[in-house]
Parts: sequence; C-alpha cells; structure tokens
Amino acid sequence: MAHHIENDFQQTAEIPKPQTKAIWRTFFILVGLTALEFLFAFTMDAGTARNAIFIILTIFKAFYIVAEFMHLKHEAKSLIWSIIIPLALVVWLMVALLAEGSYYYESITNYFK
Amino acid sequence: MSTSTTLEAPKSGTWDGGNEPMKASYGKLMMWFFLLSDAFTFGAFLIVYGLSRHAHTPYTGEAEAFTFSTEWWPIPEKVFNAFPGFHGVDLPLAFVALMTMILIFSSVTMVLAVEAGHRMDKKDVEKWLLWTILFGGTFLACQAWEWTHFIVGTDEGMLLPDGSRYYGASMAFNQYGPPLFANLFFFITGFHGFHVTIGWVLLLVAFISTVNGVYHKRGHYEMVEKIGLYWHFVDLVWVFVFTFFYLI
Repeated sequence: MAHHIENDFQQTAEIPKPQTKAIWRTFFILVGLTALEFLFAFTMDAGTARNAIFIILTIFKAFYIVAEFMHLKHEAKSLIWSIIIPLALVVWLMVALLAEGSYYYESITNYFK
Repeated sequence: MSTSTTLEAPKSGTWDGGNEPMKASYGKLMMWFFLLSDAFTFGAFLIVYGLSRHAHTPYTGEAEAFTFSTEWWPIPEKVFNAFPGFHGVDLPLAFVALMTMILIFSSVTMVLAVEAGHRMDKKDVEKWLLWTILFGGTFLACQAWEWTHFIVGTDEGMLLPDGSRYYGASMAFNQYGPPLFANLFFFITGFHGFHVTIGWVLLLVAFISTVNGVYHKRGHYEMVEKIGLYWHFVDLVWVFVFTFFYLI
C-alpha cells in the first residue's frame, strides 16, 4: 500500500515538461543574437553605427535572459517596475558620464593649442 | 479566550505579515534586490570603463596597421585573439565566443534545473545542476587561461621608445595600451569571475543538498530557484561585459 502511494506520488509528480519548449526557444534566440553580433564584428567597420547595433542586440539579449530565464516577465507588475526603473537611471548615468569623458578629453587635448 | 481567538485568526492583512509583497516569496524578493544592487556595482565598473575610454585617444588608423601603444586605446579584437593550442594564430574573439557559449549553455541547464524543481523531479534537478556545475567550472577554467595569457603577453609585446620591448600586463603598465586598460580588464572580468566562483560554490551546495533530499523533504526547490536567479544574473553581466569590453 505504501509502495502504491509512493508510486502514485511519482506519477503525479512526473508531469511532461511544458516549460522546456520556451526555454530552448530562448536559448536559440540568445545564440542567434550572439552569432549576429559576431557577424557584425567581422563584416562591418568599427564606428558609431556598429556600436549602436551591438548595444541594441545586447539589450535584446538582456531582455530574454531577464524576462524568460529569470522569469521577471511573469512576476507582479510592481516587481517588474521596481527592477527596471533604477536600472534605467543607471543607463542615464552612463550616457551622462560618457559625455563627461569626451569633454575631459577635448579639454586636455585642446588646452595647449 | 480573547488570546486564543487572536492566535487562530489568520494574519492576512497587508501589514500583518500574512501576505507576500509583489507576490514573490521573501527569499526571492531579497535576491532580486540584492541583484539590483549588484547591477549598480557592475554598472559603475562599466561606466568607468566608458568614461576612461572616452577620455583617451581613440585609434583612428587602419585596423590592419594597428600596433600596441600607450598613445591610444587598443582595439579589443587585436588584444583578445589568442586560443589555447593555437599559438601565434590570429583568431580574433574566438575564445571569448566559446566562453560566451559556455555561459549561455550553463544558464539553460540552470533554468532546466529550476523547471525540474517545480515538478519535484529530484533526478532531473540533480542532472541539470551537475551540467550547470560542469559548464560553470569550464567557464572559470577558460577565464583562468585568458588571464594567464593577458598577464604573460604576446610574442611581439610592445615596442618602447628606447627600442626595448614590454611583454604582458600588470597594474602599473601593460603592452596593450594605456595602464587603465589592463586595470579595468582585471577589475571588470575579475569581479565577474569572482561572482561566477561564488555561484559555482552555491551550485555545489545546492547539488549536495538535492542529493541528500533536503529540498524534497522541504516540499519545494526554492533554493535552486534563488541560486538560479543569481546564476542568470552572472550570465547577464557577462552579456554586457562581452559587448562593452570585447566588441565595442
């Protein structure tokens, strides 16, 4: 009897994997995006356009990792926003300090001219 | 009597502790906010990288004619072009590509372990955790090799004004470019590698606990889920390090 219950538990526990399909789909998207990045790295000349493509592809990869692998897409709205808003502010800081770095470079190179 | 009724009453009010804020358990919520603070740290590193790079002279010549110099910031694909077993062969970014693939793979096996945990499938959790441990360990080994190569340097090294050559990298000077380049390489990839190491140890702990049936007795595999969140975050950081350090 005890054996039967245990077996029953095993039976109910072994649900076929409905989630795995989405996981592998996300995996192939990530691999595809990485391959695309390499394609651009070798076929395109370095410059603002290429860097913009890299950053956009990176944001796509980050979206798939956070939304699907870390399951954030399926969490409560308030949790999603409390993660995304602070990170958006960090991106703002990054843009601001890149401009600051360029300004610093301009100043030291043009100062003695 | 009044005491017993208050004890029996379910604490379900918003501020009574009977609910889960944001519909996530305490542990998962705290892991999310820890990861957010960790993202700030990595964000700060990458921001400093961007600022330093913009504050240095970019290399404007032909990519084929590139030579290492402290005058300009190096082109990453000219720095990271070595592959174990292919000495002297120019394979730009090939090894980093391999490392990226290994880490993405480990993320997939991790999420499969979490999924198996939801189904209370102990055998599958063990299997996928073991794969994740394997891939994570391989990634760490790859990073150890990359650091060794970076520190030892290439055959050509950097030609100094006095005609001598400097090989490899230290915190004070390096053959690839301005001193800050090597410093940022050590700090950014080092801090990431440190995170991978911690995650790897956590995975070992989770694997041993799973084998001992700790989580099965507990009735849920939430610990695997929380370690999974951390592990995916490490993968996420690598995605950004890969773009900002190796591609751009």
